[in-house]
Amino acid sequence: MGVFMKVTVKLFASLCSGRFAVGVFDGGAALTVRDILKSLNISEGEVSIIFINGRHEDVSAAVRDGDTLALFPPVGGG
Amino acid sequence: MKSLKEFLAAHARNTIVSYSTQAKAVREYRLPFSVVEETALDLNLLPARYLRNGESLSRADQLCLFRSRVAVIGCGGLGGYIVEILARAGIGHLTVVDPDVFDDHNMNRQLLSETATLGMSKVEAAAHRVKRINPAVTVTPAKIAFTKEKSAQLLRNARVAVDALDSIGTRLELADVCREKGIPLVHGSIGGWYGQVTTQFPGENTLQKMYRHSSGDRGVEEKLGNLSFTASLVAGIQAAEVIKIILNQGNTLRGRMLFIDLLDLEFVNLAL
Repeated sequence: MGVFMKVTVKLFASLCSGRFAVGVFDGGAALTVRDILKSLNISEGEVSIIFINGRHEDVSAAVRDGDTLALFPPVGGG
Repeated sequence: MKSLKEFLAAHARNTIVSYSTQAKAVREYRLPFSVVEETALDLNLLPARYLRNGESLSRADQLCLFRSRVAVIGCGGLGGYIVEILARAGIGHLTVVDPDVFDDHNMNRQLLSETATLGMSKVEAAAHRVKRINPAVTVTPAKIAFTKEKSAQLLRNARVAVDALDSIGTRLELADVCREKGIPLVHGSIGGWYGQVTTQFPGENTLQKMYRHSSGDRGVEEKLGNLSFTASLVAGIQAAEVIKIILNQGNTLRGRMLFIDLLDLEFVNLAL
């Protein structure tokens, strides 16, 4: 049985609409950003920038107990 | 007849030259306004229009700005404000690029769109506007879309390029070209209450990093639209970045992105 863990998730801009701005994600071990996106029903195309504990990361990055994950949507207008 | 230098020196008051003196010199010496302005600055005479730049921009700074060219790619929500700010700051040469004409739906935010300019080319409107603000500034309008193929022409002699585009694909293309050509690029983009700004220096691939997960050409703006206060704020920050790069002053957003949320009023600095 995996280790139970908590990850703080911060959703920026429109990603938080219908969800939350800051939430705690409870999950099992061996999580990646991709797993968390799936469980929040966020498609990968909706996220442009991923930060874990202030470090720029990829969707495949592992998320560990106690991490803070920040997600930003793509902004492209002028 | 006195030389232009003697004329300007004789008509200066406490080393300040008024607009009317400059305009008189243009008429009497049959010279472009740009030559009169550069001659004045070169003599350490300050055109009175820059007086309220105070000690923040020195006379040497004004001369440096006047001798610089900035390429503003995109002349819509961001670009219109950027052109306005840079012309007022005294950037001597602006290349402005945009293939579009003004339409009704631009009027919620695009500074240069007015009922009178509907249907007019955006770059043509920019050139007219700059002429009315600061006739010493030379505008080179290009009513074409930015492409890699046209980039040599559009970015020629540019000290800095400004990304004021509206498609992620074209932004990445511009960033690639700037990296190759060794031109600093100031990126800004907006969507609804949100905006972001970063500065990419030669050799860096900041925009590629920033958009590496983006699948489409549009971001949140597709649904959220573009708002006037977000456009003017982001444009202001971009213009300040341009000035700092040219003058080599202060700290830029090199290697980091400023993410702005005007709805909850949060400014987040992210190291990229």
